[in-house]
Amino acid sequence: MKKRGIIFSLFFILVVAFIHSPGEEKSSDFRAIKGAHIIPVIGEDIEDGTILIKDGLIEAVGKNLSIPKEAEIIDAKGLFAYPGMIDSYCYLGLTEIGSIQATTDYRETGRINPQVRATEALRPDSMHIPISRSNGITTALVAPSGGLIAGQSGLIRLTGWTADEMIVKTPVAMHMEFPAIVRPGFGREARPSEEISKQIDELKDILNKARFYQKRKEAALKNSLLELPEFDEKLEFLIPVVKGELPVMISVYADKDIRAAIKFVQEENLKAIFFAVTQAWKVAEDIKKSGIPVVFGSLTDMPPSWDDGYDSLYRNPAVLQKAGVKFAFSSQSASSAKDLPYNASKAAAFGLDRKEALKGVTIYPAQIFGVDNIMGSLEKGKVANIVLADGDILELGTNIKRVFIDGKEVDLSNRYTELLEKFKKRE
Amino acid sequence: MIGSLIFIFIISLGVLPGFSKGADLLIKNGIILTVTKGTLPKGDILILGGIIKQIGENIQAPQGVKVIDASGKYVVPGIIDSHTHIALTGTNESGAAITSEVDMREVLNAEDPSIYNALTGGATMVHTMHGSANPIGGQNITLKLKWGKTSEDMIVPEALRTLKFALGENAKQANMPSLTAARRYPMSRMGVNAIIRRELLKAKNYMQQWDRYLEAKKSKKPPKNLIPPRKDLRMEALAELLRGKMVARCHGYRADEILEFVKLSKELGFKIACFEHASEAFKIAKELAAEGIGISVFLDSWAYKVEASEGIAYNAAYCAQKGILVSINSDGGERMRHLFNDAAKAMKYGGLSEEEALKLITINPAIQLGVDKIVGSLEVGKHGDVAIFNEHPLSAYTRCEMTIIEGETYFDRAQYLKEREEMEKRLKDQKKKGEI
Repeated sequence: MKKRGIIFSLFFILVVAFIHSPGEEKSSDFRAIKGAHIIPVIGEDIEDGTILIKDGLIEAVGKNLSIPKEAEIIDAKGLFAYPGMIDSYCYLGLTEIGSIQATTDYRETGRINPQVRATEALRPDSMHIPISRSNGITTALVAPSGGLIAGQSGLIRLTGWTADEMIVKTPVAMHMEFPAIVRPGFGREARPSEEISKQIDELKDILNKARFYQKRKEAALKNSLLELPEFDEKLEFLIPVVKGELPVMISVYADKDIRAAIKFVQEENLKAIFFAVTQAWKVAEDIKKSGIPVVFGSLTDMPPSWDDGYDSLYRNPAVLQKAGVKFAFSSQSASSAKDLPYNASKAAAFGLDRKEALKGVTIYPAQIFGVDNIMGSLEKGKVANIVLADGDILELGTNIKRVFIDGKEVDLSNRYTELLEKFKKRE
Repeated sequence: MIGSLIFIFIISLGVLPGFSKGADLLIKNGIILTVTKGTLPKGDILILGGIIKQIGENIQAPQGVKVIDASGKYVVPGIIDSHTHIALTGTNESGAAITSEVDMREVLNAEDPSIYNALTGGATMVHTMHGSANPIGGQNITLKLKWGKTSEDMIVPEALRTLKFALGENAKQANMPSLTAARRYPMSRMGVNAIIRRELLKAKNYMQQWDRYLEAKKSKKPPKNLIPPRKDLRMEALAELLRGKMVARCHGYRADEILEFVKLSKELGFKIACFEHASEAFKIAKELAAEGIGISVFLDSWAYKVEASEGIAYNAAYCAQKGILVSINSDGGERMRHLFNDAAKAMKYGGLSEEEALKLITINPAIQLGVDKIVGSLEVGKHGDVAIFNEHPLSAYTRCEMTIIEGETYFDRAQYLKEREEMEKRLKDQKKKGEI
């Protein structure tokens, strides 16, 4: 009896697992998006073009392509086809309601937390994810924040029932908050520089310890006579950083701090991405020379200083682009992550070339995170993350009509539409 | 002697509040979005003495009138923010739950840089309010953003007098950092309603006492020992509300608390001009439309607390389509400079037309503040409060180029760029000379 019970529950689990694994069906998926005005981001725009999708990948993009009989045809006449947008820093799936700590998991206590991974706190059923997705965002870097070393971020696709189904790549970066002379925020006062250099020394110290730890560990693994160092959680997870395998994504704001951070990265020989960089326009040449790419935080913020001018955050991207710095945009949010594209268009309103603005939410983030071989543009061989819109996807009034992630159409209903439909019934 | 008297008289005309005569200005060849009277693809606006005198084609500038070339640019009414907290030296009087005697007019800060920031986004008028810490907060004030002028110059005397009420989480102190900290009554939605009822009943009693006193005083044989009731400024403000001299502006997110407050207003007899935030207004659009009560909302800022977690982006457009007077507010300094971006989202979330979307930040807030006769659209006879954008104000790629109040320019991007360039040049020269 007991045995039969176990067998039955096993069977039940199998059935449930089968029903709940939409990402698993691998039968030949063939689709053709027909008649769209294609904006591939890499390469020329194609009017009245076709995109062939096979098994989740882009098989071909072009005009007058012959469409195989078995392909499901998606009529996109009058629509624009874009690659899905990439949010380069957000808290999607890591928080639901800002004021309720119980729903918020992107900030760990303590100052040094290289061991924590954002994707391990990811809530696939977060109400904010389908809202972002409905606005044409298909991929996002979900990141931890706070302390000196905040933890590891991961890149997720905005569809899937479990974290594993959503993860594209993890870890993507180790997140650090650079000790700041001037904290972000209008009118904040500078902090004493001794305090800052002490904190920078603290960071350097822990990286040195990690190097030493790694060397001792490697030596001991080769030579059994050598003592294996005691397991150290913090140092263990910094090994990929000091080996230059895992980039550090450093939150840094003021020009002075950016200079100090460049020096820090060079002295420590790290692979780095800068985040936020609100005063980067003052040191654009230094950043260019360093070769470090930048991810902007939300542009809907006040300038860090009155003297910077009212539009300093808005024009920051244009200045960096002209200096030749690689850049990407981010929402820096969960509840307004859907607004990612409007950061790019705001920068365009203040001098950034519109095509460059679009690249800042597509191919550039893909390059920065090392996934441009699989996404960021509509090109043969890349995953079919495709957005069909009735206009420019960076425009506020544009409606996103259909979204495909890995070649599969995703549901565009969300918390907004569910509540709206529910209360429409009152009429 | 007479000459110097006239001189003093002329001087005081310029200095006294309410007498400041606006400027003369001709805006040429703009794409004019009047909001209430359609669009002129290429037109001129003549402002004389701060008032719009003429809108049309080929208007000739009277002698001495400054001309702005707006060729290819979009000319719209100055943006109005129906709910913000800028230009104040304080927002909440947190010392008590009921503070109707507090008046924001007395804590104005004409030097708040947020005024300038708002101007850079085409805003010309704000309703700057007491905060939401108290069930009954203070009296609010409507200002024109005349950056560089005195706070007295900024006050809009025509605007409705409004009193702030607050429901829900803030009023019941639900999001205080420490749960163990000593708290004042009320700390539940029950208590919030009860305390508002209590205070207004008290105010009625106070009014009766005064009425009886005044009646007795007027009578032919007033009692010898007649003494007036004690003057109570807190009660005086509530009496003004009950007499209809002031209207309520009530902070509330949830549908249920909003409906309860509507009931309370009927029970006690006062007028609600508008609900603030009203995240869940779409759930009770029927009731709000029937009552004729407007809402002043965020377009899509939500989920920052529980009562805001069902504040869907469709709220504004849906309610507007149901006949509710909707405005989009900033609630603060930063959002004020991109209210036009928020308005544009109401086209995407709910399908408003361009004109309907623009109304959310111009004529609708003007109606809510009782100033739609003087501002909120580009019409002859209204104030020359104008914003000029390089592209359609509802495009994501747009940028405010100029903000004009009563014919006077308070923000000019070209001038800003010129000044910035000069400053950068000066800095470079100083660096070259080794001065810095």
